Amino acid sequence: MTHSLFVNGRLHSVDTDGDAPLLWVLRDHLRLTGTKYGCGKAQCGACTVHADGQPVRSCSLSLADAATSRIETIEGAAGPEAEALTAAWVARGVPQCGFCQSGQLMSALALLRANSAPTDADIDAAMSGNLCRCATYNRIRAGIHDAAAALGDRS
Amino acid sequence: MKLRRPRLSCLSIAMILFALIILIVAILLRPLTLPKPEALSAAFAPVVVAPLKPVSAFNAIVDPAARSVALFQEAGRVIRHPRCMNCHPRTDRPTQTDAMRPHMPAVARGPDGAGDPHLRCATCHNDANFTGRDVPGNPQWLLALIEQAWQGRSLGETCRQLFDPARSYITRAELLEHMANDALVGWAWHPGGDRPPAPGTQAQFGALIAAWRETDARWPA
Ligand code: FES
Ligand code: FES
Repeated sequence: MTHSLFVNGRLHSVDTDGDAPLLWVLRDHLRLTGTKYGCGKAQCGACTVHADGQPVRSCSLSLADAATSRIETIEGAAGPEAEALTAAWVARGVPQCGFCQSGQLMSALALLRANSAPTDADIDAAMSGNLCRCATYNRIRAGIHDAAAALGDRS
Repeated sequence: MKLRRPRLSCLSIAMILFALIILIVAILLRPLTLPKPEALSAAFAPVVVAPLKPVSAFNAIVDPAARSVALFQEAGRVIRHPRCMNCHPRTDRPTQTDAMRPHMPAVARGPDGAGDPHLRCATCHNDANFTGRDVPGNPQWLLALIEQAWQGRSLGETCRQLFDPARSYITRAELLEHMANDALVGWAWHPGGDRPPAPGTQAQFGALIAAWRETDARWPA
């Protein structure tokens, strides 16, 4: 069956089963491979994207459900918060192997858009669903603080 | 005198090869005793959950107070089931699985019971069980209020707090409605994946709670 899927501001037509996980569709049909497969069962956060601005695990969201929302992936992440996070990530060298980082960034982006000055506790709560095998947690938290500070300086 | 090293003749090589072949064939053709299938120990036997007893099964209890307690004890098999208890934690973190271990990833109840504002339950739990990936879901997925924490409490204590004005947030009528008709409570009988459902059906459970209320809602000690 054909589904219309709105991803990163573009409407795509995807001809596959509505039960297919969104992650499969993003990676295999739309070739948006920035979103990663970690556990495949909502345990690691590597596959995090936004649906109508809310972070969701794309491995556990069906195409049929995703088709009712506007999906944003790491490839389409834009705006001041995304720029501040990118700059902070580069400046601090946050990633190690990098596999988890697109998911980390999408969660961090949702956090910063909702809370421009998050505390350590806010960051820990928002990011606790994103695992990092390389244990870059301290740099992630510092990177979010850096990005928040940079956003504060701009405004 | 020059000693000549003994040499293996073709015949002896052939004999050795022949002996080796005989040995290999003997090893391959030796009678094997296959292990006999054994019955699994009782510890691994599948747990057979008895269905909920109907209300009529308690009619023989003449004393209304004793009947009321017995009805609640039967309903308590649902209340104390991991499908229900996991979302009635006494901390801010739900539990999961039949072992009722802390929820992974670490999540918090948040101000409305549906997760931290930045890590909502809906980040992973959708409107329905996502069977392909075995992630359970329901449109109302959220934790019970902390005042209705059931974990670590006896059935009697659970019952007392249901009606404690300081801790109860619903009337008796609403309680019956919640247990008998609430769709999220109903998920406990349709949990998807390999999660064992609560015993009986939601309708049977609701009938037990209704009969218990009609018998003056007595609770076990
Ligand atoms: S791949 Fe989706 S949460 Fe791990
Ligand atoms: S950077 Fe390697 S898993 Fe996170």
